[in-house]
Amino acid sequence: MDAIILQILNGLDKGSAYALIALGLTLIFGTLGVVNFAHGALFMIGAFVAVTVSRLLTLSHQVIDETRTDFLGNPLKVDVPYIYGWFGESTGAAIIDWAVPISILIAIPVMILIGVIMERGLIKHFYKRPHADQILVTFGLAIVLQEIIKYFYGANPIPTPAPQAFVGSFDFGALIGFDANSIIYPYWRLVYFGFSMVIITAVFAFLQFTTFGMVVRAGMADRETVGLLGINIDKRFTIMFGIAAAVAGLAGVMYTPINSPNYHMGMDFLVLSFVVVVVGGMGSLPGAVAAGFLLGILESFASMGAVIDLIPGINQVIIYLVAIVILLTRPRGLMGRKGVMEE
Amino acid sequence: MLGLNKKDMNLLLLVAGLVIFAPFILNPFPEGSELAQFNAGYPDLMQRFVIFGIFAIGFNILFGLTGYLSFGHAAFLGVGSYAGVWMMKLLTMNVVPAIMISVVVAGLFSLLIGYISLRRSGIYFSILTLAFAQMSFALAYSVLTPLTGGETGLQLSLNDPRVLGISATETGSIPVTHFFGLEMRDSFELALGSWLFTFNAGYYLCAAVMLIAFYLSIRIFRSPFGMMLRAVKSNQQRMKYTGLNPKPYTLAAFVISGMYAGLAGGLMVSMDPLAGAERMFWTASGEVVLMAILGGAGTLIGPVLGAGLIKYMENILSKINSTILHEWFAFMPDGIEDVMVTLVYPFIGKGWHLTLGIMFMLVVIFLPGGLVEGGQRIARLFRRRGAKTDDSGAEQSQNTPAE
Repeated sequence: MDAIILQILNGLDKGSAYALIALGLTLIFGTLGVVNFAHGALFMIGAFVAVTVSRLLTLSHQVIDETRTDFLGNPLKVDVPYIYGWFGESTGAAIIDWAVPISILIAIPVMILIGVIMERGLIKHFYKRPHADQILVTFGLAIVLQEIIKYFYGANPIPTPAPQAFVGSFDFGALIGFDANSIIYPYWRLVYFGFSMVIITAVFAFLQFTTFGMVVRAGMADRETVGLLGINIDKRFTIMFGIAAAVAGLAGVMYTPINSPNYHMGMDFLVLSFVVVVVGGMGSLPGAVAAGFLLGILESFASMGAVIDLIPGINQVIIYLVAIVILLTRPRGLMGRKGVMEE
Repeated sequence: MLGLNKKDMNLLLLVAGLVIFAPFILNPFPEGSELAQFNAGYPDLMQRFVIFGIFAIGFNILFGLTGYLSFGHAAFLGVGSYAGVWMMKLLTMNVVPAIMISVVVAGLFSLLIGYISLRRSGIYFSILTLAFAQMSFALAYSVLTPLTGGETGLQLSLNDPRVLGISATETGSIPVTHFFGLEMRDSFELALGSWLFTFNAGYYLCAAVMLIAFYLSIRIFRSPFGMMLRAVKSNQQRMKYTGLNPKPYTLAAFVISGMYAGLAGGLMVSMDPLAGAERMFWTASGEVVLMAILGGAGTLIGPVLGAGLIKYMENILSKINSTILHEWFAFMPDGIEDVMVTLVYPFIGKGWHLTLGIMFMLVVIFLPGGLVEGGQRIARLFRRRGAKTDDSGAEQSQNTPAE
């Protein structure tokens, strides 16, 4: 039992990332009808926003520390972040420590801006072209974005730690009445899961309970009619693209402490997220979220020792296997609607 | 001749000429000169040009004609490579059986995957092929290690039980691949003045195979079967209403293109008997997509051009570093030189992928017919300027596709 709970927990953080990226992909697909291969790149850019913020916060100037000397007896020069001077040493240190959560505030406007530029600048011109062209141009864009990041940040992963308060693990088993040390779970993964739930809820609430969301949903159902009613649906869809970019970006920001960001992390996640979207059902938002968590958890179950002994290599292929089975037995995915992406 | 009309024959002869004289054409700069680094006429790279040309031609038969975008074609190339190496390990170092088994195994594998994947179309088809390829990659990398060599890749060893042939040469090394005695690494070097041209046996074998593959693809493009594949692309519904079942045609196209990929894999291991799982990774599949689109999907010569261009960039452009750039711009005043180097540097050397990505995007946005369409547009521009009274302008605009 404890082993099962542990695997479910382990699957949650990856599942959250899948769910968030797939949610954004589905938002874009459902509103604009575009298959966005550059969505993984947006996830990656989000992660690098966090890297940039933490670098900016630790921007330092050299100060001569009179109290300490180096081995030659000269006064020691120490790097002091500018932020210490502005907020005092303890507040400054706390701000640097909390760089990743702070990045969220910066990532939202940055990612929305990038998303809107992307939609207005490039994707807009591809609505009338075949899906294959959309895939290809966004694939090209993903390569370009990835190479730009590589040029500025190098090819190596950049460790970006979580705040001190969330470093380390806690004994989840003891909390829910199992033996001590049976289920050890890192704090940050729980934070990530909670965060993704908040984002997912926020997106759904936004679509469900605001007038803007209502118009967008109407546009998803029948774009032409909404346009005929005198509503500028294109503008709203552009904003939705921005929001989808922000969702991917935030998933990236929060993922940095789990996995040090590198320039190709987006592509790695993209392939799996597409599988998630297809399993969930093209154009279905709840489907994308459910499939994200489902596949994340399945993946973690498949990597249990007992399962691998039974079917060797299953941990490597489980996601693809599930995708193939689902696509062949339920062509519309778990919760796909009729008439979406069907020629 | 050979069942081709005059235009296609000329194209085939042109390609044959380019391929046969490639050692000259690709080595335009004398040895030791500053521009010698742009020479691409060394055997290893020339082999890669034609092998990836075959791969791209095959991919084009599927994507260019039927419009089914496969994101998992590298799996067939990988499977073909493994089969080829096994043939060399068990039977003989002669490349012919190895290449044959590669084609057969890749064909069977693509029949299986195609049969399942082609039940869906559009994005679903792309995802299914991608999923299958990623699965093959993951399996080759982990569980199938006894069969594939896992992370280190599958390579020949000194104690392979080779039935027809020896496990090790007298000097105690692994025997080399050969074509009925002609060793693949045999080269004939011709020095003309300060130029050095290398004629490699392996390259010419690949080139001959590539010409045959190219000829077959022309025949497929011009055959009734090719027309059916185009019908699949333009309107499946209409095709069904006329009483034709599109499924067997697309499956046949898929298997043919899978066999082309296997052929490329077999040739690859014939040149260098080593097969690794990374050949099946989805980025490798993405690369062949880039090749076909960049050159011009649905055209005959486009994919070959695309393959050549990408491999040239990968091997030549990526070698240029900032020192060389400084040399180039040395004639400029110092300040401007530095500015130029900083401006150009991100696009070359290690950043060649950036150039590739930008080029690819530009082609997809502005030239959906790829470089071939670009060439045609330029040619038409000149022709129109040359002979305005000529009526062929109207005729030309009608037959833009294919070439």
